Amino acid sequence: MTAMVEMETRGLNFFYAGTVHALKNINLTIARNKVTALIGPSGCGKTTLLRCFNRMHDLYPKHRYEGEILMQGKNILAPDVDLIDLRSRIGMVFQKPTPFPMTIFDNVAYGLRLKGIKKKQELSELVERALKHAALWDEVKDKLFASAYDLSGGQQQRLVIARALAVEPEVLLFDEPTSALDPISTAKIEDLVMQLKKDVTIIIVTHNMQQAARISDETGFLMLGEIIEFGATEKIFTAPSEKLTEDYVTGRFG
Amino acid sequence: MNIRQKRKAESWIALFCSSLAALFGLFWLVFILTDVLIHGISGLNLSLFFNDPAPAGVDGGGLRNAFVGQLMIIGVAACIGVPVGVLGGTFLAEYARGRSLARVISVLADIMVSVPSIIIGTFVYAVMVKPLGHFSGWAGAVALALIMIPVVLRTTEDMLSLVPWTLREAAFALGAPYYKVITQVVYRGAATGILTGILLSIARVAGETAPLLFTSFNNAFFSVNMNGPMPSLTVSIFQYAMGPYEDWHAQAWAAAFIITVVILVVTITSRLIIRWRYK
Amino acid sequence: MASFSVVLLTLGIVIVLIANSWLAIGQFGVWRFLVSTEWNPVTAEFGAATTLFGTLVTTFLSLLIAIPVAVGIAVFVTEVSPDCLKAPIGMAIELLAAIPSIIYGMWGLFTLAPLMANHVEPFLQATLGRLPLFSILLEGTPMGIDLLTSSVILSIMIIPFTASIARDSFNLTPAVVKESAYGLGATRWEVIKNIVLPYSKLGVFGGVVLSMGRALGETMAVAFVLGNRHQITTSLLDAAATITVSLANEFAEADSDIYLSSLFYLALVLFAMSFVTLAIAKLFLLRAERRYSR
Repeated sequence: MTAMVEMETRGLNFFYAGTVHALKNINLTIARNKVTALIGPSGCGKTTLLRCFNRMHDLYPKHRYEGEILMQGKNILAPDVDLIDLRSRIGMVFQKPTPFPMTIFDNVAYGLRLKGIKKKQELSELVERALKHAALWDEVKDKLFASAYDLSGGQQQRLVIARALAVEPEVLLFDEPTSALDPISTAKIEDLVMQLKKDVTIIIVTHNMQQAARISDETGFLMLGEIIEFGATEKIFTAPSEKLTEDYVTGRFG
Repeated sequence: MNIRQKRKAESWIALFCSSLAALFGLFWLVFILTDVLIHGISGLNLSLFFNDPAPAGVDGGGLRNAFVGQLMIIGVAACIGVPVGVLGGTFLAEYARGRSLARVISVLADIMVSVPSIIIGTFVYAVMVKPLGHFSGWAGAVALALIMIPVVLRTTEDMLSLVPWTLREAAFALGAPYYKVITQVVYRGAATGILTGILLSIARVAGETAPLLFTSFNNAFFSVNMNGPMPSLTVSIFQYAMGPYEDWHAQAWAAAFIITVVILVVTITSRLIIRWRYK
Repeated sequence: MASFSVVLLTLGIVIVLIANSWLAIGQFGVWRFLVSTEWNPVTAEFGAATTLFGTLVTTFLSLLIAIPVAVGIAVFVTEVSPDCLKAPIGMAIELLAAIPSIIYGMWGLFTLAPLMANHVEPFLQATLGRLPLFSILLEGTPMGIDLLTSSVILSIMIIPFTASIARDSFNLTPAVVKESAYGLGATRWEVIKNIVLPYSKLGVFGGVVLSMGRALGETMAVAFVLGNRHQITTSLLDAAATITVSLANEFAEADSDIYLSSLFYLALVLFAMSFVTLAIAKLFLLRAERRYSR
């Protein structure tokens, strides 16, 4: 079975502060409409890798990329890439919910307004669709103009997902999206992620190996900035070809 | 121009304006400092330090009396203000920690830090100058001390709060009484911070003029009598700058230069110490 | 013990100021004193309106100049400047705040006032002064010793306070919230406008009010260049007086009891104004702090 390729890294190296070699020669392909999980011990570079995909590192000085990340055949590390455009095509959800200091409606409408959508009618339709998509609509439809801070942690996280979905990104990046949530909220987010892959390609960093096994189609195992093993999730968790991978997924370290 | 380019242009313009604002702020600093530097250095000479003022309108003379007066007033002010401030801060951070009383006092102290210093001057005038019938160096020193107290108190409180509570518990566990824990353990941990706080507060009152205008007043003659009117650099600057003589202006610039340099040096070193100690 | 010295000081100031202005309170009342434009030592008629006018106008104008500049500096330091410039600029702002006000005042008298009189004010008259409202505000012969010059000096003095508080408030915005706005494709300015400013508005507002309290009570920076003339004027190019300036100039010379008592009364009014302002500022800053420690 060959899936369409959404993104591909070729010989990707990344350096923090000019000298810290955080990622070493990363080569992997992200399949379209699949969930790809990145796992590994703390500090292995999985979040660093995730933040390369939407070039979040560019916000901070003294970073350096080497190699290529292709998105639909185009290198997004090229100097002439428009970051604003790139980031509106690649959404990101963080560890802790990050609602903006505004109403629930305005949170979801934020990205749409940036894109220049101003008409009330159109905005509210798109906001409703995004909230439904993120399975939050029924809980908030009566208080769209309440502050986003009034929601619970799990609801806030789904709000943030709705906000990212509203602009119809092609890829969604999740950085340990459930590590700050209770088990019930976590289950809801996991269900949501599996549904979303019909429409978007998902890359998820997680600390939780059961989570990776449950929801992902492909898994990459990183250690010390290198990809140790990359392949179908089932194979990684049941018959890994590397000793290190086996030790990690069976909980012998990490 | 599409919407994305428009947004980018808007962002660029806004950030450019903020850079201009920063430049504008720095411009004044550089302007004032170089101006004080140029005029001050040309007014500097030895007679400024070693002579007393010449009679009004006569060239020459110096501000020896004002230097001595300023140092004495600040010295006395520090002797009163520092112990009271440090003790008060210790009480708030240690004995009254977490009580609402401590919070109220600490907020009040924060407000008093910014209350106009000239008000303190009128207060001291009413309680010390008017009853005694004459201006005095003591009154000036008390006014400055009153300004120092809230500053020192707040810094002490903050610095003591930075010392981890577990450190105190460790000392208690050894059976030390509270006052020994404070003097031997807590103060040691917070010493650098408190000392730089004291230095900064001295630097601050050293430049105060308004509270001295009608407490220590001024004196054209050399005087070490704290009981009478006492000259100070800052009040002399005010008087000389507002006066009609070129020579007075030059001396005012020179005095301003010296005050500025001393205060800036103290401030910079204190900040560097804080930055180095509490990175 | 020692910490109660602060409480004693505050109460002491209130009691002493009221006691000493009692004579004037009895003679002129409260409301009449505040609205009377009379300030005449010869006829022993005193009112606070002229000095209140000067105080409020200089404070307002200086805030008008200082707030945009200070917020601009804070934006520059937190969001624009490269890391290597952050510490030096922060230090420079602290230094600007450490320079004693008498230096500002003297510099204002010798350097800024002539500059204003010879270049800036004629220029403003020739340009802005042609517009309807501004023609009244900029009336008269530019002398440099006036409300405008005083406000400029005051604004230079309060810019560092406002800027450093605004910077600290900006820094309280969680990086990850900013990142998620960037993640949606926002530009730097959009992140500042939509995320950072709403997040820090309480703190910035507190900083502005704090600066206002400082400006109300600043003495030496304006004492040199305001002229201490008790009058209400429509032109910013006229001399005027603030409460602080009349205290500084007249306190040691007041020759009658009612004169001195009226000056104490002025001090009481100033103390009440700045205490209330500072308390409000503190309230906002405390609330801002509490919100983020949650």
